[in-house]
Amino acid sequence: MIADIAFWGIGLVAVLGGAAVFYVDSMARATYALALSFVAVGLQVLFLQQNYVGVVTILMMVMEMAIMAVYMVMFMGMNPALMPMSMVHGNKTAVGAAVATFLVLAAGILTVDWPARRGTPPADVTVALGESLMGPKMLVMAVISPVMVATIVAGVVLAAHRTRYDRFGDDLKQRPAEDPQPGGVGR
Amino acid sequence: MADPLSMPGPVAPGSPVTAVAPGWALVAVAILGALVVAAAMLDGALAARAGGGSRGVARPFGEVARLMRQRRRTTVEADSLLWRIGGAGLLVTAALMVTVVPLGEWTIFDLDVGVMWFNAMDVMVWALVWLTGCGAISAHSLVGGYRFLAHGLGYELPLMFALVAPAIAAESLNVGRVAAAQDGLWFAVWMPVAFLVYLLGVAAFSVWGPFAPAIGTDVAGGARAELSGVDRLVFEAGRYALLAAGAAFAIPMFLGGGAGPLLPAWAWVLVKTVVLLAVLVWLRRRLPAFRPDKFMEVGWMVLLPAVLLQDLVVAVIAVWRS
Repeated sequence: MIADIAFWGIGLVAVLGGAAVFYVDSMARATYALALSFVAVGLQVLFLQQNYVGVVTILMMVMEMAIMAVYMVMFMGMNPALMPMSMVHGNKTAVGAAVATFLVLAAGILTVDWPARRGTPPADVTVALGESLMGPKMLVMAVISPVMVATIVAGVVLAAHRTRYDRFGDDLKQRPAEDPQPGGVGR
Repeated sequence: MADPLSMPGPVAPGSPVTAVAPGWALVAVAILGALVVAAAMLDGALAARAGGGSRGVARPFGEVARLMRQRRRTTVEADSLLWRIGGAGLLVTAALMVTVVPLGEWTIFDLDVGVMWFNAMDVMVWALVWLTGCGAISAHSLVGGYRFLAHGLGYELPLMFALVAPAIAAESLNVGRVAAAQDGLWFAVWMPVAFLVYLLGVAAFSVWGPFAPAIGTDVAGGARAELSGVDRLVFEAGRYALLAAGAAFAIPMFLGGGAGPLLPAWAWVLVKTVVLLAVLVWLRRRLPAFRPDKFMEVGWMVLLPAVLLQDLVVAVIAVWRS
């Protein structure tokens, strides 16, 4: 009973935190309202006995929101951490899309014929989840990982306007490299 | 109808430590507070010695009295909610960290993923220090907040992989099991790189010593520039508490937990914590500052490969032993 109340209470925090993202007028508040929402979701996952998944959700999401604060400064013209600004734009389209998505998903939840539970949950549901997600597809996962990393590296290389010729000179012999922001190990 | 939910808790029973009643959390917080006071007294003594003054041990008490009487200052457009959350959050985070540290055979929160819990709490510091810097809506203070994030990008991944090493060797993320797995040989002995990187991480998430540029005098006090009175007191206490919690967590992870002759296990945990905390406090004046703009490359080019190699060695040994 207490667990049910706590679960629903945390769920309410998650939803309200998510809504606050669009209500507040500061980038910092919006960022950390989203973080609060994710922390609440992570706590809810703990109630599903998925301790590892829950704690990792909290860890990753708080870190991600902190990184988002870095991007705020990198890619925004003014300093949005210090200036009040509206968190919404294109209101009519956004509200329409949100309501439509909600209705479709809610209709799906209500109309789908949910299966009844067969058997009992295993002792360690995290292991079971990992096996059912990864078990037969481990080869695919192992192949996709390096491909994804290679894609990220290639994307950064293509996006960066400075090449190794800018850093090391035309004959690639200039040491140390000429960087606008020198690194810490003297490359 | 769905099955009733049960409260979160350890998934796999049979842990080597006993979870005590939640009321004992007050004792844990009291121990943490005593460690904070002791660390501040030691730092006061070291500061007095470095500055040539006297009576340094009493310095923290004078500072507390001064800050308690000081009028609270604020800025014109301060975002008080975020600012207060940031400043007070450090103490709360440190208290949440020590909930998974076993004091000998007792622990408050015998979580099966205690190591991840500690890791999640130290990531929380990213948010809190930045919020302290940002909440004042003041330029120097925000610069300090971003300096901390710049350090964070450099230290966090090496710290995470340093925590991985003891977990691999113990084949568990439960802190009690990690402590119990160091039978006879402490992890600090055969995984020294992970241990050193972990200590560096503790200094980093406490904004301590080489990682103090985020609150440096060159940016008028950085993240804490606008903090005054009791807010500043809570922020400073939070830094010491994080340092103490980091030292306490190192004991079950790397220094054998409660293992030791003569004294009972809980006493050994306290003794080791005090010694490690003293070393961390002493190191504050012994290491140069890591520049935030340069440290990331050190973190990713030196620390991360070193600690990954350490993990590989530990993993190979763990597979070979089993």
